[in-house]
Amino acid sequence: MRAEQKTASLMAGPYAAFLLVFAVYPIAFALVLVFLQWDLVTAPTFAGADNIRLLVHDGRFWRAVVNTFVFLSIHVPLQIVTALALALTLNRQLVGRSFWRAAFFLPVVISGAVVAILWSQLYATDVGLINRLLLKIGVSPVPWLTDPRTAMPAIAVMVTWKNVGFYVIIYLAGLQYIPRSCQEAIEIEGASAWQRFRYLTLPSLLPQTILVVTLSTINGFQLFIEPYVMTGGGPLRRTYSVVLYLYNNAFAYQKMGYAATIGVALALIIGIVVLAQRRLIGKAEAL
Amino acid sequence: MKQLRRIVLYAGLSIAAITFIYPFLWMASSTFKPPVEVGSLALIPHDFTLDNYRTMWARAPFGRALVNSTFVATTITLAVLVFGSMTAYAMARLNFRGRPALNAATIAVLMVPGQLTLIPLYTLIVQLGWVDTYAALIVPYLFNATAILMLRQFFLQIPQSLIDSARMDGMSEPRILFTIFWPLSKPVLSIVAIFTFMGAWNEVLWPLLVVREQNLMTLPQLLTVFALGGGAGSVGVSLASAMVLVVPVVVAYAFLQRNFIESMAGSGIKG
Repeated sequence: MRAEQKTASLMAGPYAAFLLVFAVYPIAFALVLVFLQWDLVTAPTFAGADNIRLLVHDGRFWRAVVNTFVFLSIHVPLQIVTALALALTLNRQLVGRSFWRAAFFLPVVISGAVVAILWSQLYATDVGLINRLLLKIGVSPVPWLTDPRTAMPAIAVMVTWKNVGFYVIIYLAGLQYIPRSCQEAIEIEGASAWQRFRYLTLPSLLPQTILVVTLSTINGFQLFIEPYVMTGGGPLRRTYSVVLYLYNNAFAYQKMGYAATIGVALALIIGIVVLAQRRLIGKAEAL
Repeated sequence: MKQLRRIVLYAGLSIAAITFIYPFLWMASSTFKPPVEVGSLALIPHDFTLDNYRTMWARAPFGRALVNSTFVATTITLAVLVFGSMTAYAMARLNFRGRPALNAATIAVLMVPGQLTLIPLYTLIVQLGWVDTYAALIVPYLFNATAILMLRQFFLQIPQSLIDSARMDGMSEPRILFTIFWPLSKPVLSIVAIFTFMGAWNEVLWPLLVVREQNLMTLPQLLTVFALGGGAGSVGVSLASAMVLVVPVVVAYAFLQRNFIESMAGSGIKG
């Protein structure tokens, strides 16, 4: 037993030390930083509740929060619909099923930085691919990333495109668990395709839908490289994300205390939103 | 009627697949086009050129960035596999004080959003004097809680009799892990390897914080800085630099797509 204890501490000890330095300490220090003012050059000074007060009245921060909700209100429903539609299609008897699946999954393995650079070109107003296609069907060019009304929706569509393959896999896994007998029973009852979807498939996939909502929401709050590369947060700060604001406070303005405060606030907002979503979905299910 | 429905089905699938693949094909072909042609929808360049690649290679250290990315991602992946396995083995198969606490801490860490710890981690790196070092890019990723939980789960299912008989033969615990457990754990090891490598390969926010020296930048960072700083100068050059990052991934994905999908979907990690 003593020998086992020793071996175990040798094998798991480094991880415990790692957790203390790179997880526990940063979490604790984040809460300390909230009360500090620190530019990383001079010594940190105690700032009391200054950072919190600043945050509460900081229009830029709240603009970024609102932007994130705009993003989520487009991204999450669109993600569910597209992922579900593709998964249901792939769930049939198909020739080359693994090819289709691999095609939809391709953007998931590509770096977000590359996708952002690529889509900047696709969305470009004059020479962009999308506007060229629109021109062919007689639609005049849309300034996707430079019009404050379309910039965030454009980014939301792009992120949906990038991640949909991931959620298709989640839904496909869920579809495997719908018992054959239930499908046969509902077919014998003479249910239409829509009724089968509405009363069997959709309710059976509720756990997957909750997962999709949660993950795409958390992912949405992490929005950074897309606005960083594509818009710099503009036009009129309409694509400024919370993480971009946090990054700029730390990196461009050297305000560690305030940047950490934004991080803590964001973590709280994520927690509240995810919990609220689960409550809502739970209630919807009970109806 | 049935025939018609199948045609509609495959037409729909093809359109969907084209939306996912065509942009990447267009990107690849644009890198071989002179600037006047970049705007065109055609996939075959009219005047084939390698100028974009020459310019990209001459203007920023992309060769160096490729080496950096490969080194950082490989080191992290090996560390996560080796150290992660040792930790997971102890947590799954050895009795020691603090095991429940370590389990709980691992799960708790996964629940904390990364944005919360980003700045304190950054100030830690600054205070350690690790800005512009490989250590800053590698050390914070040496262990991975998701990987440890996955490995632990898998190790729990391996029969105890294997361990007992190996111990009877006088094998040490690390030897049991690497000679008996590892060969049995290839599926989970490959899952962990792929999502760890892909996460490290595509990571961009962390390098943007801790690295400023061009020669230490990984590919996604150099690519971002290059495209934003106007160093690229033209669309073709900018996309050519993106190809350095994408091509190795797409080649690996073409051969191992099943493993990629299983791995990245299973871990919840998106590049």
